[in-house]
Amino acid sequence: MTSPTEAGRGAGRATGTEADGDVVPAQRPRPRRGVSLRDAGPPIALVVIFGVFAVLSPDFRTVSNVQNVLDAAAVLAVVTCGISFVLMMGSIDLSSPGIMGASAITVALLVANNRNDNDLGVLGVVVAVLLAAGLGCLSGLALVVLKVPSFMTTLGISAVGLGVATLMFAGVQPNVSDTMLQGWAVERFLGLAYLTWIALACVLVGWLVQRYSRLGRYAFAIGGAEEVLALSGVKVAPYKVAVFTMAGAFYGLAGVMVTSQLGAGLVQAGRGYDFSAITAAVVGGTLLIGGRGGILHSTVGVLLVTVLTNGLVQVGVSPYWQGGVQGLIVVAAVAAAVIPQRRRNQVTK
Amino acid sequence: MTTNLQAQPEARVPAPVHALEVRGLVKSYPGVKALDGVDLVVRQHEVLGLAGENGAGKSTLLKALVGLVRPDGGEIWVRGEKVRLRSIVDAADHGIGMVFQEQSLVPNLTAAENIVLGSEGPGVRRGVYRWNTMRRLAQEQLDKIGSHIDPLARTDTLSFADRQMVEIAKVLRIEERTSHPPVIILDEPTSVLESKEIETLFTQVRRLREFASVVFVSHRLDEVLDVCDRVAVLRGGRSVGEVPAADAAPAELHRMMIGSTGGDDHYHGASAAVRSDERSDEPRTPRLVVRGLSGKTFRDVDLDVHAGEIVGIVGVHGSGREDVCRALFGAEPTTAGEVVLDGERLDLSGTRAACAAGVGYVPAERKTEGMVGPMSVADNMTLTKQHSRCTGPLVRPRKQATLVDRWIERLSIRTPHRGTAIQRLSGGNQQKVVLARWLVAGDVRLLLLDHPTRGLDVGARSEVYRLMRELAGSGVATVLLADSLEEAIGMSDRIIVMSDGRATTEVAAPAGGKPTPLDLVKEMV
Repeated sequence: MTSPTEAGRGAGRATGTEADGDVVPAQRPRPRRGVSLRDAGPPIALVVIFGVFAVLSPDFRTVSNVQNVLDAAAVLAVVTCGISFVLMMGSIDLSSPGIMGASAITVALLVANNRNDNDLGVLGVVVAVLLAAGLGCLSGLALVVLKVPSFMTTLGISAVGLGVATLMFAGVQPNVSDTMLQGWAVERFLGLAYLTWIALACVLVGWLVQRYSRLGRYAFAIGGAEEVLALSGVKVAPYKVAVFTMAGAFYGLAGVMVTSQLGAGLVQAGRGYDFSAITAAVVGGTLLIGGRGGILHSTVGVLLVTVLTNGLVQVGVSPYWQGGVQGLIVVAAVAAAVIPQRRRNQVTK
Repeated sequence: MTTNLQAQPEARVPAPVHALEVRGLVKSYPGVKALDGVDLVVRQHEVLGLAGENGAGKSTLLKALVGLVRPDGGEIWVRGEKVRLRSIVDAADHGIGMVFQEQSLVPNLTAAENIVLGSEGPGVRRGVYRWNTMRRLAQEQLDKIGSHIDPLARTDTLSFADRQMVEIAKVLRIEERTSHPPVIILDEPTSVLESKEIETLFTQVRRLREFASVVFVSHRLDEVLDVCDRVAVLRGGRSVGEVPAADAAPAELHRMMIGSTGGDDHYHGASAAVRSDERSDEPRTPRLVVRGLSGKTFRDVDLDVHAGEIVGIVGVHGSGREDVCRALFGAEPTTAGEVVLDGERLDLSGTRAACAAGVGYVPAERKTEGMVGPMSVADNMTLTKQHSRCTGPLVRPRKQATLVDRWIERLSIRTPHRGTAIQRLSGGNQQKVVLARWLVAGDVRLLLLDHPTRGLDVGARSEVYRLMRELAGSGVATVLLADSLEEAIGMSDRIIVMSDGRATTEVAAPAGGKPTPLDLVKEMV
């Protein structure tokens, strides 16, 4: 399947003797630089959709609504940071609801709250994120050690996370009285909530990891051609585990952020974020087959999804329609993304 | 190792140490002896060609040399030292590296990353990329081979030829691991290149010789002779000899590759079409008429097949014959051309239409394309025509059972039961079930057989041959892509030679008047 050039060869094959001495370098196609349509598509779509809503709704184009959109995107952006690395590898991660739930309850019980005398402050946040990273690590280990597909392991870990959260919840909702954690959702810096700045920091960290760390580059390479890594003497298993661990940490932080917004620890803190995050990543151009896209792509996707949600409400579309619309968008986006790779009798699973 | 006492005033002169030596290498897979005592010597600073037909053991040998296959017996010596290669890293430590047949670069990384992949050294410190160092390391490699590729270009934006350069630059990284000249193995490096690019590659290979030994594998014998100093030939997992490239002709090499023609009862037979032709002199309309068929890898292919005739298509790797075969089944898109089956235009838009028109296809990859391994013999046999044979969307078990049992008996398929999973059968019996799939349908008019005997042992092969003859005898038109030239000659009534996507020659092969492999080779290369 990989030899489109073969038909054109054959004619005029000289014996190599006269080419031996000095060789006129064969004309090389210039390496394509710049941005392809595939990469440019989502940002263009973002601008267009933003423009359309701005024209349609005077409420939409206010500064305070733009602030709202950014604040509303914060939690999803952090979850998407985590899931993007997993998707880049060509795996999938459905564990965010469980991991976020576990971390939400954990942090609520460790900072000042109405259930116990703990008051760990930032340390409580760190513990919650570490617990989440541990759960993510378990997904990764199950994948590489037991060879269970990531679809199944992460679904299982999600259930484990929810189970842990339910145990700790124990029937009484922990309400947060920690001023720092409450402040994250309320206090603003340059017009944006602290949480939004945290999300921006996550995006920056994610981008640095993707661009400058071996972990990030190998995650990208695993999605591109995993066998090649093995043939180059690279052991991929540790990197896979590390990616799932890192993803878990991001979900944990997202769980903390939800707790900050709600002022209480909820088992259901992460409900629906698995699907939203995958939607955002795919809409932004991080393909499910792996090896394409990245953090910035996914972040554009997050903004697209959030702008769409916000804009549809602003122009008067019933919120009851939202779920269905989001579902259609993800299927349409995936279909658009895979068009260049379609061929006859392709196997799709 | 005898020492010549008389004629050596300076007895210190070391005996020539070979860069790489293989002695009596043996490797068996269940049912097949892939390597049966291979000997091979690669001298310092030479380009050694390796030739052999499919299944001669070339790829197993190469894999053993880079530690991807562990041999059952025999020895590998590197520069006079016996080594055991457990992994590709092990091989690299001994200075052996390979450019794989399937391009083995990560497409979405930069050229620089691919070159240093797995041995980044100072390019990555504490897990953090030093892009400048990385680019410098890659640039050093590219300079070695005089390539001007931008190291930071994404690999999938490069041409195939440039990617090949990146691969060579990458494999030369093993020089960092050893102080000796490395051994570089190039497995089918030209298969995706155009002629001009091939020239550049050859210049590169000659340059490599200055500081390395090269093992060069290609299906194209003219290439092998062109670029190599010496050519070693493998056949049936054994070394059958070697020739200096300077005074050998492709035909001579090919004779060594195929050996003497073995007799087989089913070869040299005639099909129904030929026999009936002898009786009636009237020209008949062919059952299958193909005119000007063109696709991505083939152009303007014309082909006629009469009812009851077996037509073989031969050609080297990359001749496009597999794609023609798939296109006739609607599994490969076509750009132009017309196909007429029994006077009716054949719809090539998909496999469904082909099935409905009575075309059957036995794919080359039996395990992945030909059968559903864990499913039963019965289900595999009725896979295509389930909807019409067993009526409706529901399987009617009893009807299916009678039908399947009849065919199991008729083709003497050895299976414990029709409910046995097909993957538990031997290769020959699996292939019979795959063939039976089209016979169950009852109305197959054209059979496309893509390497129907691949991976089968001698006994199973002759059963498939017998079956092919029977089918031809019942009037089925057959297109055969044979596993070997002998098979094509033995089984076909007529042979079409394809070269570079075109059907170039037609050779008659009636019983008693068979062409020799050499006649065909002349047309193929």
